[in-house]
Parts: sequence; structure tokens; C-alpha cells
Amino acid sequence: MELSLDDVRRIAQLARIAITDAEAAATRDQLGNIFDLIEQMNAVDTTGIEPMSHAQDLTLRLRADEVTQTDERERFLALAPETERGLYLVPQVIE
Amino acid sequence: MPWQIVIGLETHAQLSTRSKMFSGSSTAFGAEPNRQASAVDIALPGVLPVANRGAVERAIRFGLAVGGSIRRRSVFARKNYFYPDLPKGYQISQYELPIIEGGALLIPAADGERSIPLTRAHLEEDAGKSLHEDFQGATGIDLNRAGTPLLEIVTEPALTSAEEAVSYARALHALLRWIDVCDGNMQEGSFRCDANVSVRRNASDPLGTRCEIKNLNSFRFLEQAIRHEARRQIELIEDGGRVRQETRLYDPDRDETRPMRSKEDAHDYRYFPDPDLLPLEVTPDWVESVRAQMPELPAAMRSRLAGELGLAAYDAAILTGSRELARYFEAIASRLPGNAKLAANWVMGEILGRLNREGLEIGACPVDAARLAGLLARVADGTVSGKTAKEVLDALWSGTETADEVIQARGLTQISDSGELEVIIDGILAQNPAQVAEFRGGKQKVFGFFVGAAMKATRGKGNPAQVNALLRRKLGADA
Repeated sequence: MELSLDDVRRIAQLARIAITDAEAAATRDQLGNIFDLIEQMNAVDTTGIEPMSHAQDLTLRLRADEVTQTDERERFLALAPETERGLYLVPQVIE
Repeated sequence: MPWQIVIGLETHAQLSTRSKMFSGSSTAFGAEPNRQASAVDIALPGVLPVANRGAVERAIRFGLAVGGSIRRRSVFARKNYFYPDLPKGYQISQYELPIIEGGALLIPAADGERSIPLTRAHLEEDAGKSLHEDFQGATGIDLNRAGTPLLEIVTEPALTSAEEAVSYARALHALLRWIDVCDGNMQEGSFRCDANVSVRRNASDPLGTRCEIKNLNSFRFLEQAIRHEARRQIELIEDGGRVRQETRLYDPDRDETRPMRSKEDAHDYRYFPDPDLLPLEVTPDWVESVRAQMPELPAAMRSRLAGELGLAAYDAAILTGSRELARYFEAIASRLPGNAKLAANWVMGEILGRLNREGLEIGACPVDAARLAGLLARVADGTVSGKTAKEVLDALWSGTETADEVIQARGLTQISDSGELEVIIDGILAQNPAQVAEFRGGKQKVFGFFVGAAMKATRGKGNPAQVNALLRRKLGADA
């Protein structure tokens, strides 16, 4: 699969990563290599094999429905650049 | 020209767990901002999610209640998008392999019931809340809700009108509460609907392009938003335009929908299996142990009430509107063998009427099942008339006595002794010879005068049926 520069810019935009034209070109080449690898794997006949959704053949561990967490708000708020009245402040989001 | 409206609903039901989907934070509503947001909920680096068994169990209950198939292995996936109240940059959801597939919900319809097919129901986590109004040039973020478990329940595009969509939403809301998986509190956002709406000219045409209206948190808004959106699409097409697939918001103040800017990029969620979470396994043993704890479902109870107790379908539907109400009714009916209809009439009329006037839920009813049954037993055996019983109910409503105590203390026992009634009626006839003559002369209306006089003489306690019968006999009206 051939990746275009526009594809790379679109992926970067979705991930909110600012990239220069030079970075876009380099990234296209790197991603292209990854797609080549995927192409090679796609050549293997996997008919009748159930896809794994995780590399380890285990199932999910579950916890009991209990409140175990204590309030650490002040510690967490102290990490943020801007807070007010217990809220994290971010640049205005217009809906 | 008649247009066909096609609606599919996606409902987000907050599961009634104590703790969050992937962390041990409390899910209690109304805490101060960010006091219930752990390192996992605010997505500090290096933290890992651990799934809540209680949330999975609630999903299983729902699957059993709608007859869906419960996947033995389902998979959590990352749904990637950027928004400040989603601190990880992705929502943990289920995509290709949801825990519940298929099933159906019965909703009331003009000709009985209609079965609305479900596509799927999957587990996911809620986002936090953005507060846009309170800050100059900034948005405040509260992450208390982030990570709250949700069950997203998706219908097939099978609903055909705004009314039917509301009917489905109400039935789903009642069922979720009935099986104890969601508190259903719509003000607190525990039950929110997104509506996918499209229109087409004929039922045989392919589906039209749909728009999704987000976050409808009342039945009224759901109905208005669908009405409005269908009208908008029809007018657009009739004017030669085309519907563009987009996400829209409903503005109840203006009764219109408008495109949601933040969702322009949103259809590219780049789902992939979450490497932090292994496949979720639900064994047949687990399903069976959940099944064993399921309550009787409303549809089954409706047919039982109609079949065993002989109630009308409409009455059975009202009485199974919530599990609390159904329990209340059954507790009364079981104390009054053979008088289920009497119990149904009193619960639907007097009790629901009074609760409604006072804005109370059945759980807060001041007259419990035992006391109401005590009163209705006295109606059934003729001790008090229906009219007097309402007076007794007034006393039960504001006090703590039993019906028998009230009846005795106030001397309200109905006079059913025909000897005693006969003496009273003979007296009335003797005192009113003119009216007796009028009646015998053919003036039937005078009969009411005698009934009134008899009830007055007994201070309302005369058994009305007996008073009528005695009067007829003595006046020779039967002859």
C-alpha cells in the first residue's frame, strides 16, 4: 500500500502532531517500511485461524466493584499549568 | 407526499456500580470537581486499567433481559479522538467484538406490542465534563465522571416515528431500572440518547443519508429533536438539496438542530484493540449464575397478571411500570385473594393519583401495602363503602394507624344490617307522604330524594346497594 504525503499529514492532524514538510516525507518513508512488513505478513494464508486481540493468550482479570481510591485532587491539580475552583483550565473549547 | 422516517437510537446508560469501569474511584454523583478522579481517570503516564466485575455483570443482566447473545470473548478497543475532557486521548470502548449482540425490546404499540431489534450493547467508559460558561477565554474540566461505566445500547434502524422512538426509550429506561443496572436518573445524565435520523420517499427505497443528533437527555427533547430533524431533511431534499452525514446538536430553546463543530474530524476514530486489556471472558457458568438471580421480567409479569389475576392488559402494563410499583401491587393482591381487580383499581386510581399530585415516587408512598390491603379488605367485605374508604385512606395517608383502627375510632362501619336500615327507611317514608305519592304516581326521579335522605339519616354509612334494594321493595318499584 502506497502512502501519500496527504495521508501522513492527515494522520498527524488526527494525532495533533505538528510536522514540517521534511518530517512528513521522512515519516512517509518510515511508515511505508512498516506497511511493507505488513504486506509480507498478509501473504501468509490464515484461513480458519481466529485472530488474536492480544499477544498473550490470557483473559482479562476483573476486580470487585469496590471504591478503593482516596481523594488526591490537590496533588494532581498541582501538576496542571492552570486550575481554578478545583477544575483544570484549558484554552476555551467552542461548541 | 408521504415520507418515511427511519430512526436508530444509541443509548448510553450509566451502570449503577459503586466504582468506575477501570479504577477504584467512586461514581457517586455531585462530588466537588475532581475529587473522584484517580491517576487512572486523569490518565497519568504509566497507569493501567483494571476492569470492574460489577459492570460486566450488569451487561450480562441486560443481555439476558433482551434475549441477546452474550459473547464468551469480547474485546476492549481504543476509540481515538481529541477533546479536553477525554484525558487519555482515547475512550476505552468495544468495537468489533461487543459483549452483547442482538436481542430485542418489546414496546407498546397501537395494536398490542412491537419488538424493536437491537444490534448490540457494549461496555465503555464515560468522558469528563467541560464547563464552557464560567471562565473568560478558558474551559474548566471536571474529571469526576471520566471512567464511569456505560452500556451503549444500539437499535437497528427500525423505529419509524418520533413517538415510537420515545416509546422505545421509555421501555428501555423502565427495563434498565427493573433489572437494577442503571438508576435511570436523567437529570444526572444516567440515561442519554443519540438519535440517527434519515428520511426516504418509500419504505422500499434504500436508507437515506443519516444525521446523528447527540446527547438528548429527556424524552421530550428526544421527540422534538427527531421531529425537527426529519422536517429539516425533508425540506432540504424537496428544495433540491442533499443531506450531508454529520453530527448535530439539538437546541431546545430554539427547537432546532445545528452541526457540531468539534465533531468534524470525529468519524476517523482509528479503533484498535486496547493492548492494556486482555480479552474479556464470560463463561457459561457465570451467565447461568447471573440468570439465576434475575427478577421476573416486566413482559412476563404483565402476562401473568393478565392471565392469573384476570387484569386488563392496560392495567397490567401500568402496574408493571416499575419494579417497585409491581411489588407494591403484588403485596396487596396477595393479601386479597379474589379481589385483584379491586386492588388494581385502588393502586392505579387513588394511590398513583395521590402520589402524582404530591410529586412522590411509589417508594415514598406513605401507605404501605399492608395498610392499604387492610383497608381494601374492609371494602371487599362490605364494612365500608368505597366513598367512606377514601376518607379512611386520607387518614392512613397522613397517619400511622391501620384501617380498622380508623374505622372503629370514627365509627365508620357501614350499616349493612337490613333490620336497622329498614327502621330508618320506614321512618323516612312515613315523614314524606307527599313524595311517596309522587313516586307512586310515576315520578321516578323522586327515588333519588329517598336515597339521599337515607344516606343522610345514616350519615353516609348505609350500604348503598341495600338502601336501594329496600327502597325499591318498600315503594313497590319492582312490582
